Amino acid sequence: MMNSDKREDRMNRFAPLTRLLALGVLCLAALAGQMQRAEARIELNFNNPVIEPLPFAVPDFIAENNGGKRLATDIARVVAADLSGTGLFREIPAEAFISRVTSFDAAVAYNDWQAINAQALITGAVTASGDKVVVKFRVFDIFSGEQLGEGLQFAGSAKSWRRMAHKVADAVYSRITGEGGYFDSRVVFVAESGPKDARAKRLAVMDYDGANVAYLTDSSAIVLAPRFSPNGDRILFTSYASGFPRIYVMDTASLKTRVLDEQPGAMTFAPRFAPDGQTVVFSLEKDGNADIYAMDINSGGLRQLTNAPSIETAPSFSPDGSQIVFESDRSGSQQIYVMSAAGGEPVRISSGKGKYGTPVWSPRGDLIAFTKISDGRFHIGVFRTDGSDEKLLTSAFLDEGPTWAPNGRVVMFTRESEGDGGSAALYSVDISGRNLKRVTTEGPASDPAWSPLLP
Amino acid sequence: MTPSFAILPKVLLIVAALGLAACKNPDRYGSGADGYGANGAGGAGSGLNGDGVATSGLGDPSNPASVAYFNQTVGDRVLFVVDQSTLSDEGRAVLDGQAGWLTANPDYAIIIEGHADEQGTREYNIALGARRADSVKNYLIAKGIAGSRMQTVSYGKERPIATCSDEACYSQNRRAVTVLSYGAGA
Repeated sequence: MMNSDKREDRMNRFAPLTRLLALGVLCLAALAGQMQRAEARIELNFNNPVIEPLPFAVPDFIAENNGGKRLATDIARVVAADLSGTGLFREIPAEAFISRVTSFDAAVAYNDWQAINAQALITGAVTASGDKVVVKFRVFDIFSGEQLGEGLQFAGSAKSWRRMAHKVADAVYSRITGEGGYFDSRVVFVAESGPKDARAKRLAVMDYDGANVAYLTDSSAIVLAPRFSPNGDRILFTSYASGFPRIYVMDTASLKTRVLDEQPGAMTFAPRFAPDGQTVVFSLEKDGNADIYAMDINSGGLRQLTNAPSIETAPSFSPDGSQIVFESDRSGSQQIYVMSAAGGEPVRISSGKGKYGTPVWSPRGDLIAFTKISDGRFHIGVFRTDGSDEKLLTSAFLDEGPTWAPNGRVVMFTRESEGDGGSAALYSVDISGRNLKRVTTEGPASDPAWSPLLP
Repeated sequence: MTPSFAILPKVLLIVAALGLAACKNPDRYGSGADGYGANGAGGAGSGLNGDGVATSGLGDPSNPASVAYFNQTVGDRVLFVVDQSTLSDEGRAVLDGQAGWLTANPDYAIIIEGHADEQGTREYNIALGARRADSVKNYLIAKGIAGSRMQTVSYGKERPIATCSDEACYSQNRRAVTVLSYGAGA
C-alpha cells in the first residue's frame, strides 16, 4: 500500500510553510483615556426584511512614524473592504469628507461627519519599526456624538498586517451589530485547474477574502473536501493518493500528513472533526455500502454509528458535540437526519420536496445549512435543527457544500457552471439570502471550509 | 520459433511490470493522466513504441486475449440510470462477456471503477459510484470470478468522460468501468 513517509516528504518540499494560522497577533491592553462605554444609537437589525447599509467613514489611518506610511492606507482599505463586503455597511468616499483626521487623539468634529451622513467613523494609527507593526483604532457613533466602545491596539509582525486590519474590522462589526465578527479567519479549499474530464485538484488555504493563498499539496492525486479542526491546527481531507479515496490528516504548521486509517478494501471520505478536536466522523464504504463511523484520532479506536444498507454520509457535529446531522437515502432519496453523537435511531428533519444533502451545523447551534436538489436546480439553504423554517438562499445549475462563517451569519459554498467549459468557483451569501457574491480566487476553486475566528 | 515470438517474452515482462505498478497504485487519473484510458493498461502498448499507436501483442484488438479486445469488443463498461446501481439487461450481457474473458485469461486482475454524473453532491456521488462498482463485482462473482481478483474504487463525479451538461453526457458518465491489470490475477 502507500508509503506515508514518502508522501510527507513530498508535501513538505512542495509547500514549506512555517506557521499557517497562529501568526501571533497580540491584542494588547485597551488604550487609556476617554474610555467611557457609550450607549450606541446606531444599530443594525438583521431581522429587517430590507437592510439599508449603514454609512461609515474610514479615513486613512495616521502613520505615527515613517515605517507606518504605506500600511496606514492599506489597513484602512482592508477595514473598509471587510465592512462593505458584508452588504451591511456602505463606505462614504474620502472625496466627500469635510473634516480631516490629522492626529489619532484629536477631538472628532462630529458636525462635519454628520453633515455627510456618516453614522460611524473609524479612526486609526499605525507604527511600524523593523518587523513590528502596531495598529490602534477607535470607533465613533456620529449621531450620538460618542465613542463606541474602547479603543484597542494590536501588535504583530509586518506580514500579519492584513490580520490586524481584519481584527479592527471584526471589532467594528461586532460593536455595531452585536454579533461576532468573521474577517480574521481563513478558508481551506480545493484549487482546480485543467479540463472537466481531467481536473487537477490541490489543497489550498487563503484568508477569508481570498488574500494570502498558500498551496498545501500538489495535484498528483485528486483531493476533496478539506475540513479544519476546531482550533485550526489540523486539516482533514480525502485524497486518491493511494488510488482509493482515503482520509488524511495534515498538521497545518508542519504540513506533515498521515493517513487517518488503513481499512483494507474500504474507502473512507466525508470526514469532519468533533468539537473536542479528538474525534473524527466520516463515511466508510465497504461492499458497496457507506455508513458513518467515529474514530478517536489518537487511539485509532473505531466506532460504527449507523448500520443500514443505504448510503449514510456527510456527518457534521452540533457545536456542543452531543448530536450529529448527516444525510441518508434510506427513505429512497437523499434526506437529512439527526442522531445522538453516540449513534442510535436517527430522526429525519428534511421534509420538503426534492433531495437534501451535505448538512452542516451552524457554529451558533441554531441552524443547519444544506444543499437541496429540486426540479433539476441546486440550492443552498438553511433550516432550524428540527427542519422547520426552511429558507433557500440560492438557486443555480449546481451549488453545493455550504460552510459556515465563524459567526454563523454567512455561508460559503461551491458554484459550478454548466457545460463543457464549466468550472467551479467559491461564493458566499448571508443567511438572510442577501449579498450573494463570488469570493476572489486565483483560479477555479471548490469545497471551501471556513476556519474558526483566529486567536 | 518465428522472430516475432522471440521478442514477445521481453514485451510481456515490461507490461507485467507496468501491471504491478498499476496494482500498487491503481489511480489511472493521477499525475500525467491526460484523459480516459491514456494511463490504463491499454496504454501500455503506446508507451513501448512511443508513437501513440498500440502495436504490441497485448494491444491488438483482433487478438481475443488482448486488453484492447476486452475494452473494445467485450466492452469494459456498463451504464446506469439516474441514482441507481441496478444492472440493466444490456449491462448484464456485457458483464457475461467480461466474466468469460476473465475466465479465459486468469493472469489478469481487475479494478472496477464506479462513477456518477455531475447532478449530485460530491460525497453522495462517491457512495453511489461505490455501489455501482460493487454491483458489478457481485455479478462477476456470481459468474464464477474470484472476489480476490477484484478491487473496487469510486470516483464519484470526479472523472466524467463526457463533459456536456445534458442527459446525452450524463448517461455516459453514470458508469462502472472494468480496468484490467496484468500479472496480479489469481
